[in-house]
Amino acid sequence: MTPLSQLLPGQFGKLASLNPERGVDQRLMALGLLPGMVLKLIRKAPLGDPLAIEFAGQVVSLRLAEAENLIVDVSADCPIQRPRQP
Amino acid sequence: MSTPEAGLLVALVGNPNTGKSTLFNALTGLRQRVGNYPGVTVARKSGTCDLGDGQKVELVDLPGLYSLAAASPDEQVVIDALSGNIAGDRRPDAVVLVVDSTNLLRNLFLASQVAELGRPVVIVLNQADVAKEQGLRIDIDLLSRRLGGVPVVLSSAWKGEGILDVRRAIASAVAKQTPMKRVVWPTNIAAALTDVATAAATDTGKQVSEADAQRLLFDTNPSTADRLGWTVTQRDKTLRSARDRVRNSGYNPMAAEPLVHYAHLRTVLEGVVTEGAGKAGRSAAVDRLLLHRFLGPVLFLGIMLGFFGSVFWLAKFPMAWIQSGVDWTKTVVAPPLDAYPMLQSLLADGIIGGVGAFLVFLPQILILFLFIGILEDSGYMARAAFIMDRLFSWCGLNGKSFVPLLSGFACAIPSLLSTRTIEDPKARLATAFVVPFMSCSARFPVYALMCAAFIGPLYGPGWESVVMVGMHCVGLLFAVPTAFVLTRLVLKVKPQPFVLELPRYQMPKPRDVLWRMWQNAAEFVSKAGTVIFAITIIVWALSYFPRDASVAERIKAANPAAAEEVVKAKVQAAYVEQSYMGRFGKAVQPIFDPLGFDWKITVGVLASFPAREVIVSTLGVTYSVGEGAKADSQHLRQAMQNAKWSEGPRAGTPIFSLAAVLALMVFFALCSQCGPTIATLAQETGGWKWAAGSFVYMTALAWIVATLVYQVVIRLS
Repeated sequence: MTPLSQLLPGQFGKLASLNPERGVDQRLMALGLLPGMVLKLIRKAPLGDPLAIEFAGQVVSLRLAEAENLIVDVSADCPIQRPRQP
Repeated sequence: MSTPEAGLLVALVGNPNTGKSTLFNALTGLRQRVGNYPGVTVARKSGTCDLGDGQKVELVDLPGLYSLAAASPDEQVVIDALSGNIAGDRRPDAVVLVVDSTNLLRNLFLASQVAELGRPVVIVLNQADVAKEQGLRIDIDLLSRRLGGVPVVLSSAWKGEGILDVRRAIASAVAKQTPMKRVVWPTNIAAALTDVATAAATDTGKQVSEADAQRLLFDTNPSTADRLGWTVTQRDKTLRSARDRVRNSGYNPMAAEPLVHYAHLRTVLEGVVTEGAGKAGRSAAVDRLLLHRFLGPVLFLGIMLGFFGSVFWLAKFPMAWIQSGVDWTKTVVAPPLDAYPMLQSLLADGIIGGVGAFLVFLPQILILFLFIGILEDSGYMARAAFIMDRLFSWCGLNGKSFVPLLSGFACAIPSLLSTRTIEDPKARLATAFVVPFMSCSARFPVYALMCAAFIGPLYGPGWESVVMVGMHCVGLLFAVPTAFVLTRLVLKVKPQPFVLELPRYQMPKPRDVLWRMWQNAAEFVSKAGTVIFAITIIVWALSYFPRDASVAERIKAANPAAAEEVVKAKVQAAYVEQSYMGRFGKAVQPIFDPLGFDWKITVGVLASFPAREVIVSTLGVTYSVGEGAKADSQHLRQAMQNAKWSEGPRAGTPIFSLAAVLALMVFFALCSQCGPTIATLAQETGGWKWAAGSFVYMTALAWIVATLVYQVVIRLS
C-alpha cells in the first residue's frame, strides 16, 4: 500500500482507498477514480509537482499534497495491458 | 431573456474538451447572444438553432463541467439553469448532452446525473472521427435502448459532420419528451433521499425535487439548502441521520453518488464499445516532448516568448495606424471649427481623443485573444498550467494564473478577461487583483521618456537598459507578496483543489478561435469603452475650463517679439495652469512633494489617472513645448532637463534629479492609472468593491514606495 504521491513515474497500481470527505477526492471520483480502478503515474511536472496520472482513458493533473490520501496497491494483479492512451 | 419567436429552450451540457462550443457554433451558425447570468460572472451564451424542419429553438450553451456537485459558480449555474431556478430563464425543454466518444464512461457520469432532473435528453457522441481513428466502434442503437430510448447520435462538430442528425434528434426529443433511464438507487439510499426530500419540503413549504434531495444529501456545499431556505438548524439532524443510513448500508455518503452511477454505467456500456485495430493517439508522444523534465520548460518559454513577443510586434502596426487615423481625423475635423475653440477642443481632444484612447488597445486585445484561443483549443494551455503550477501554488495562485499574468505585460484588459479560464474563484480573484501590477505597454513610453532624457545622458546607455528592465520587474516584485497576503489573510474562501484534465491535443478550429476573439473584443468595446470615454471627457473638461480670453491676451502682450508657435505653446501652458486641473494640481502638490514632484508633474500624474501614457503629452503642454509631444521628442527632453525649482528649499536645483526620475518611474510602475482596467476589474469581479480596493491599494503603494525611493536616493546622491 503506497500513497500516490510516492509512486515513481511509470508505476502502475490499483486504487485501494481514498478520502471521500475531501474536495479533491470528490472531484477525482466524479472523473471515475474509484477504488479498484487501475491508475498509472505518468510523470511529475518539471518542478516535481504536480503529478500527471492516467486512469480510465484520461490524463489528469493533481498536486503532490492532494495525492497523499490516495492509497495505491502497487502489488495488485493489474491487467497487463496498459490503460488506453487518450 | 426570452426569444419571442422561439417558444422552446434547449440546453447544451457536457464535460470540458468535448467540442461542445464547436458544436454550439455549428448548430447556431454564429447567430448568438452573449449576456450574463444574474449575480455571477458567468457568461450566458445562447443562439437560435434550426431543427432542420423549419422549427427554431433557443439553444443555450452552459459552462463545461464534470459533475453536478456544485463546487464553482459555473457548476452552480448549470444546476440552476437545468432546474429552471434562474430568474428570467425558463426550464429547458430538452437537454443536449455532448459526450466525448473516446471516453464514454467518464462523460456519461454527468449525463446520468442530468437524467435525475427528468428532462428529455439527446446524447451527442461528438469527436466520433477520433474514436473511429482509434479503432473504437460504438453501437449507438444498443446505447439508445439501454438509456431508455433517448436519441443517441454520432457527430464530428470539428469537421461539420452529423450536425443535421443532431438537429433532428433535438426535434425528436422535444416532440417525444422521452426521459433518459435513471440509475436505480439501493434501497437504503433511496429511503434516505425520500427522508431528506420530505423533511426539506415540510420545513420550507417548498417543492423539493428528487434532484434537489440528491444535492442536499451528497454535497457538502450548502447552495441547494440555501436556495430552498432550509436552515442549518432545520437540516442538520435530518441530514446526519440520512447520511448515517447511507453509511450503514455500506456506502460512504460522500462517495455513494459516483459509486452508484459508475456501477450503473458499466452495465449500460456493456458491449456498447468494441475496440478494433486503430492508431493510438499521438498525445502521449507529444507530451513526452512538451512535458519533458528539461526540454519541457525550455519549449514552454520559447512558445510563450514567441507568442507574446509577437503580440507586441504584430500589434505595433495596427496601433500606429489607429493612432495616425485618430490624428488625421483631428486635422480634418478641427480646422472648420476654428471659430468655435471650445467645440473644437471638445471634439478633437475630448471625443476623438477619448475614442482613440480605447481603440488603440483593440489590436493587442484581438491578437492576445487569438493566441489564448489557440493555446486553449490546442490543449497546450492545460500543459502550461501543469508546468507552471509549482511556481504559483505557494502564493495561493495556480498554474492557470500564468497566462493572464504574462499577457499583463502587454495590456491588463485582455489579461483580466482571460482570468475566466481559472476555475478556482479564489485564485481567479487574486490573479485579477495582481494583473494590473504587470508592466503593461502603456508604461513603456513613460520609462522611455525618463530613460532617454535622464538616465541615458547621465549614466550611459548601459544603465538605460538596466533601468528599463528593472522597471518591468518592480510590479512583479510587489505582485507576488500581494497575492500571498490576499489569498492567505484576506480571502476567507476555501481553496479549490487543482485537478486539471490534460486533454487530447487537437488542431484549433479557426472559426471558433476567431469568433471568441471577436466576442471578447466586442464585450470590451461595449463595456470598458463607455467608461474610458466618459473619463476622458471629464478629464478634458477639467483641464479645459475655465478659459478666460484674458489669459491668452496677457501672454501675447508679454511676448510681443516671440514666434507664433512659441506664443501658442505658452498660451496652452498658461491655460492648463489656471484650469481646474491645474489649480487642483497646485493644491495637492504638497502631497506629492515627498516624491519630489513639482506642480507640473503633479498635474501630469492627475491627468494620467484615466490612462497613464497621457503623462507624456501633459508634460508637453505644461512645459510649453506644445501639444502632441512624444517620448522621443527632443524639445520635451530639453525642457525637462532645464527645469529647476523656482522656490522653496530646493530652489535652483533641477526638478528632474535622479531621485525624482526614479521616483516618478516607480510611481508609474505601481500606481493604478488606467480607467479601462478599473472598469474591467469591476466587471470581472462582479462589483466595484474589488475595483475600488485595487485603486486605493495600488495608488497608496505607489505613493509610499516612490517616496521611499526619492528620500533614499536624494540622501545617497
